[in-house]
Amino acid sequence: MAAAGRRRAARVWPLAAPGVALVSLVSLPFVWLSLLSFVADGSLSLANYARMVENPSYQTIVLKTLQLSAVVTIVVIAVGYPTAYFIHTRSRITATVLLACVAIPFWTSLLVRTYAWMVILQRNGIVNGWLQDIGLIERPLRLSNSFLGTSIGMIHIMLPFFIFPLYSAMKQIDMDLVRAARSLGASRTKAFWQVFVPLSGPGLFAGSLLTFVLCLGFYVTPQLLGGGNVTVISMKIQENITNYSDWGAASALGVVLLVVVAGLLLGVKKLGARLEAQ
Amino acid sequence: MKRVERTLGSRIGDYWLNPFAIVVVIFLLAPVFVVIPMSFSDSNYLEFPPRVWSLRWYHAYFDSREWMAATRTSLLAAFSTVLLATPIGFFAAYAIRNMAGRAGGILFGLLLLPQVAPVILLAIGVFFLYIRLHLVNSLIGIVLAHTALAVPFVVTTVSAGLKRFDFRLDQAARSLGASRLRAIRDVMLPQIRLSLIAGAIFAFVTSLDEVVVSLFIAGGDNTVLTRKMFLALRDQVDPTIAAISTLLIIVSVVVVGVFMIVSQRNVRRHNDNA
Repeated sequence: MAAAGRRRAARVWPLAAPGVALVSLVSLPFVWLSLLSFVADGSLSLANYARMVENPSYQTIVLKTLQLSAVVTIVVIAVGYPTAYFIHTRSRITATVLLACVAIPFWTSLLVRTYAWMVILQRNGIVNGWLQDIGLIERPLRLSNSFLGTSIGMIHIMLPFFIFPLYSAMKQIDMDLVRAARSLGASRTKAFWQVFVPLSGPGLFAGSLLTFVLCLGFYVTPQLLGGGNVTVISMKIQENITNYSDWGAASALGVVLLVVVAGLLLGVKKLGARLEAQ
Repeated sequence: MKRVERTLGSRIGDYWLNPFAIVVVIFLLAPVFVVIPMSFSDSNYLEFPPRVWSLRWYHAYFDSREWMAATRTSLLAAFSTVLLATPIGFFAAYAIRNMAGRAGGILFGLLLLPQVAPVILLAIGVFFLYIRLHLVNSLIGIVLAHTALAVPFVVTTVSAGLKRFDFRLDQAARSLGASRLRAIRDVMLPQIRLSLIAGAIFAFVTSLDEVVVSLFIAGGDNTVLTRKMFLALRDQVDPTIAAISTLLIIVSVVVVGVFMIVSQRNVRRHNDNA
């Protein structure tokens, strides 16, 4: 049986060859670059990494990237979870309308959305105008060209990515369990927190992790909405190449980013497997 | 009965979730509802709501040779990406489905790599390779890179479609003498058509919206639209971009909207028949 399966696999794998070739085309060059990051002046060396440790600006950039991703992920969970739950509990028509409201930004280009937030949050933009009109502030707030503006833009981009899978995970939950808890005397709040939330745990966890990991790699939004006041890892990598043609420094920083991303994805997967085995 | 069930299970957050949901919807739709009206403004500045309406920025876009050239390149790249990524992704998903044991899972993970890897790493890698291959700023280079980024989406959507496909039908067709390709074309494709079209739409949008890789490899004579927009935005906020953004929003909303309506109708017809 296994041998027959293997024979069948041997016959079908060439069908996947073009796909594998293309994925290799875009991924292998970075593998090559990451090897080169351990070479300086023609010999094996950690010079590219030593420079990162010595130069405090690199640490600031790495910390800023982690901080930005954490802030965005926390807000996305806080806003996205109740939204997915709300959609889940609506009638079919309301749910469809709400899902369309999530789908429209999802299908709108990231660049267009970032541009829109630049306009909305600018110094004499809509938000500042309204806040001044209702007398909440006297002078315009620094909403764009800042950490705050970058966070708002990224939250907007990540929300649909978080809501859609979480909503489908919630749909899989057996609501009879919640009803059973209610009929056994649990209050609504208790049934929600002690039955529904734990059942949605795996979906919530996977979505949060994916949000955080994707945030670590953002480039366009921090570049445009940060206005030079927010430098994340991706921006520094681009700058090292475009402005200084410093492939060693760019690749070393890229390796750091890759290690964090891969470490999170693989480490958490292992943790999940262990928890499930228990 | 249905209504009673809903009430029992889920009235917990009703009181505060309603205003909350309204705020979230406003937040989600704000960019679209700001950019579209603003693109019809007559002002040099970005004012909202516009005081005088005009098509000035659409003229600025359609009359600009540079913007038109970038649009042509983008559309050419996007359609080529669809033509390449859809069959490549389909056959990869087909292979995954037919592999025994863990091989399929490993291949699936491998093909999804471009989706989870930070795009800046892929971008500098491709740039590094293309410098050596003299493919920087070439259309073929752009299309190959975009196809690689689009393949994971096609693999995901087609795999979901194949999960619902009954492979005994494929076996039946082949035991009756159909070749593998004939069985795919006449038996499988009609049934997974919607997944395939969804994959193709994803491929189109992936290419059309791609910024970071294009920033490195899609300049010169083959500048793509998003690259030109990005560079323009870095210098100043030009209202022409509001007009282009509106057109991009319309393209994606119309394409996806039509697909959703068609697929809903198909699902309903399927349910009626069943």
